[in-house]
Amino acid sequence: MLGKLSLDAIPLHEPIIMGTGVVVVIGGFAVLALITYFRQWGYLWSEWITSVDHKKIGVMYFGLGLVMLLRGFADAIMMRTQQAMAANDAAGYLPPHHYDQIFTAHGVIMIFFVATPFLLGLMNVVVPLQIGARDVAYPFLNSLGFWLSAVGAALVMVSMWVGDFAAVGWVAYPPLSELGYSPTVGVDYYIWSLQVSGIGTTLAGINFIVTVLRMRAPSMNVMKMPVFVWTSLITNILIVGIFPVLTATLAMLTVDRYFDMHFFTNELGGNAMMYINLIWIWGHPEVYVLVLPAFGVFSEVIATFSGKPLFGYNSMVYATCSIGVLSFLVWLHHFFTMGSGANVNAFFGIMTTIISIPTGVKLFNWLFTMYRGRIRFHSATLWTIGFMVTFAVGGMSGVLLAVPGADFVLHNSLFLVAHFHNVIIGGTVYGMLAGMNFWFPKVFGFKLNEFWGKVSFWCWLVGYWLAFTPLYILGFKGMTRRMNHYDMPDWQPYLLIALVGAVIIGAGILAILIQLRVSIRDREKNRDLTGDPWNARSLEWSTASPAPFYNFAHIPHITSLEQHWEDKEFGRAWRPASRYEDIHMPKNTSAGFVIAVFSFILCFALVWHMWAIAAIGLLGMVGTFIARTYDRNTDYYVPAAEVARIERERHALLAKASYP
Amino acid sequence: MFSKLPSAARRVALSFLLLPLAGCNQLELMNPKGSIGTQEKDLILIALGLMLLVVIPVMVLTVAFALRYRESNTRATYAPKWAHSTGIEAVVWSIPCVIVATLAVLVWKTTHSLDPYRPLESDVAPVNVEVVALNWKWLFIYPDYGVATVNRLPIPVGTPINFRLTSESIMNSFFIPQLGSQIYAMAGMETQLHLIADQAGTYAGRSSAFSGPGFSDMHFDTVAMPRDQFDAWLRQAKSAPSVLDQATYRSLKEPSIKSPATTYASVTLGLFASIVDQFEAGGMPAMALNNQIRTPQGPVSRRNN
Repeated sequence: MLGKLSLDAIPLHEPIIMGTGVVVVIGGFAVLALITYFRQWGYLWSEWITSVDHKKIGVMYFGLGLVMLLRGFADAIMMRTQQAMAANDAAGYLPPHHYDQIFTAHGVIMIFFVATPFLLGLMNVVVPLQIGARDVAYPFLNSLGFWLSAVGAALVMVSMWVGDFAAVGWVAYPPLSELGYSPTVGVDYYIWSLQVSGIGTTLAGINFIVTVLRMRAPSMNVMKMPVFVWTSLITNILIVGIFPVLTATLAMLTVDRYFDMHFFTNELGGNAMMYINLIWIWGHPEVYVLVLPAFGVFSEVIATFSGKPLFGYNSMVYATCSIGVLSFLVWLHHFFTMGSGANVNAFFGIMTTIISIPTGVKLFNWLFTMYRGRIRFHSATLWTIGFMVTFAVGGMSGVLLAVPGADFVLHNSLFLVAHFHNVIIGGTVYGMLAGMNFWFPKVFGFKLNEFWGKVSFWCWLVGYWLAFTPLYILGFKGMTRRMNHYDMPDWQPYLLIALVGAVIIGAGILAILIQLRVSIRDREKNRDLTGDPWNARSLEWSTASPAPFYNFAHIPHITSLEQHWEDKEFGRAWRPASRYEDIHMPKNTSAGFVIAVFSFILCFALVWHMWAIAAIGLLGMVGTFIARTYDRNTDYYVPAAEVARIERERHALLAKASYP
Repeated sequence: MFSKLPSAARRVALSFLLLPLAGCNQLELMNPKGSIGTQEKDLILIALGLMLLVVIPVMVLTVAFALRYRESNTRATYAPKWAHSTGIEAVVWSIPCVIVATLAVLVWKTTHSLDPYRPLESDVAPVNVEVVALNWKWLFIYPDYGVATVNRLPIPVGTPINFRLTSESIMNSFFIPQLGSQIYAMAGMETQLHLIADQAGTYAGRSSAFSGPGFSDMHFDTVAMPRDQFDAWLRQAKSAPSVLDQATYRSLKEPSIKSPATTYASVTLGLFASIVDQFEAGGMPAMALNNQIRTPQGPVSRRNN
């Protein structure tokens, strides 16, 4: 019945893990007790867990990303501490098996459960509002996708205390990840958490493509879409293109491990090189999945706070599309050192350098958006400028790695580690945090505290450079990645500096938490009455803050790329309508959450080879899904009178804001 | 608050400008000891220099524009509607294009000249070394001399070394930073690498592809010595107490960590080939791809391009 699971699976002998476990259990119980004490279960269930409102799902995605950021960062600081200690072959405080799990978990968590939820969250909040839609195309699918992602994150967390996590690196190269060399359940946790969250991400991708293509406000042709919508569209096309590859690759690894097959084994004709190719056919476009939405955020932020339209909109669109196409043609640069011929290596090297053309154009366009502007240094502006400076270096180190002759000595070194943190922190993380500071009022109705926002920015900026410049240098000193300890004493000073940098980044994360706390405390003082706190340019700022659940009382008619700005210029903005109509909206559903709960049972049971329980999980998922398809009661109409009431309140607030 | 940004930017720019200059002796890749490493160092510096032509102006302009067009500076021109300029767009597309075109030529040429499979041109006859990545140590077989070592790689200076590599089970990457290129060592397959040491010395070598619990200790010393010393070492090796036969190999391939450097006086003929071919012994015909990769001329299937 319980398969491989027994009490031995709980690592009682690991004080660090068990200590964390105790804290998590106590904290978890405290949260549950508080929710019960304040009688908030009903509210949570009806307003959040079963919600199909894209804004709330977006917030939940963002919340998931923030929680997992804390876990991923805890891993990071443990690795930095270990490497700062373990010079001259000293053992440090983490035994190899624990350390190896930590760097694997760090990569998996930061990519799949921090960056991905952040960008899906931001897209959820912003895309429907920017295209003048009332929700996404498939609201139930949206809820399901989020909960499946959350299940993936939960599985990774559970692996910490029940069994172990993979100790093979975040892309789990075979043969190391095959059963013979990784006999514990770690790789199985890895497989099932990525499979279930990957399905969630694929669903989100399909949903957003349809939303952007089919649900734009009348007359918003594609060349009138804001750049964030463009980058979201391309991102989701990439997601739908690549996540099936990841699913299939992991499925082959699964049957290798579960059914003694030989896709990637050494024996019986298996070939690990196939896996390495496949995982990067997913993996390289994934890099652009992570960074394109951030490019979209920066485009919105820099135009708004420069008080000018985005420079070279057409160029921006073409650059985004060409990055999308080119991203499929560069995967081999992740393994120039596998022995491919010079022609193959040169082709992929050149294709990779070509990607830097559209990326460079984007940088120039942001630059010329600032040119002759009136720049307000909001924290979102700081993130953007910090990004432009940081990312320029990350792009350069990336192109250097794309030169095969240089990669032959820099591959798998700390230079590589520094490079991808340079672009992921300097690109994705800065972008997501800029987006959070920018769009927060649209969801919650009040602005975030600027002081703590700026503190977090400076901590991240200084911390990033302090943490990763030493790693760039260590790459030139021949230090390779994933080392538990090392025999070179002259590496240690650099690793100590890197640890200091990581601590400063930690202060930046802490500042974000303080910022949220302080902002909630001072929310009345920072209310956004107009719905347009930044004097911004696109459609989402024409509706109230917080945006009403139906987003727009009337679907706007689009005449301009910067509709809201034009409306303000011609005095058309914020006019109350003379009459309102009934609004058609989707109903909340618990199906997404229930399917996800069953999927957790399924995946956990599969990890431990508990076949009967796995069957229950699978039947539960399929059964709930079938039940949902027969549910005809999925939508309702908001009466015109109700809309009129909400809009009257909104216009009363507007009047108050205009005539203080 | 913004007075901090220029200093931050300056630090960034400086650290990258100084990186190649700052104590080249302390940066192994900037202090190569063989011609492959030297060419790669030059390539890195040229590529970096080319890119800095764009990156530095972008970084400087970012900070300069941010300061110049700050809201409080009302003397700066404000063009609230200006969002298009064909001239500027032509320039911003063509600058990266020119840089990338230059880089592309450089990439094409150097990828061929630095191809790890390309034998080095030299008047000196090359020395062959067969490398086997074991869990978690390196086995070096000298087929020309019939000796072998573990975790220590003596080589003659000024002599091309022709490496042929494989792995017993888990993938590793064979890397001696100061000599230049690395290459993967993969089970059931053979890869090639050609390096040369131009100066005598001891150079750290290690695996750069994570391979499990013993990975961090998978390092070895590469000892480059003058030919006469190398010959003396060979003579000494010939009288080493242990030999590498099938039985020794079987115990050697058992996973172990921090194995001491060992020398073997003789090696079973064809040991390397038998390790490469170990997965064929099961009687299952291996896939065609594997067959092609194992041809003695190198990976034919991956050369047909």
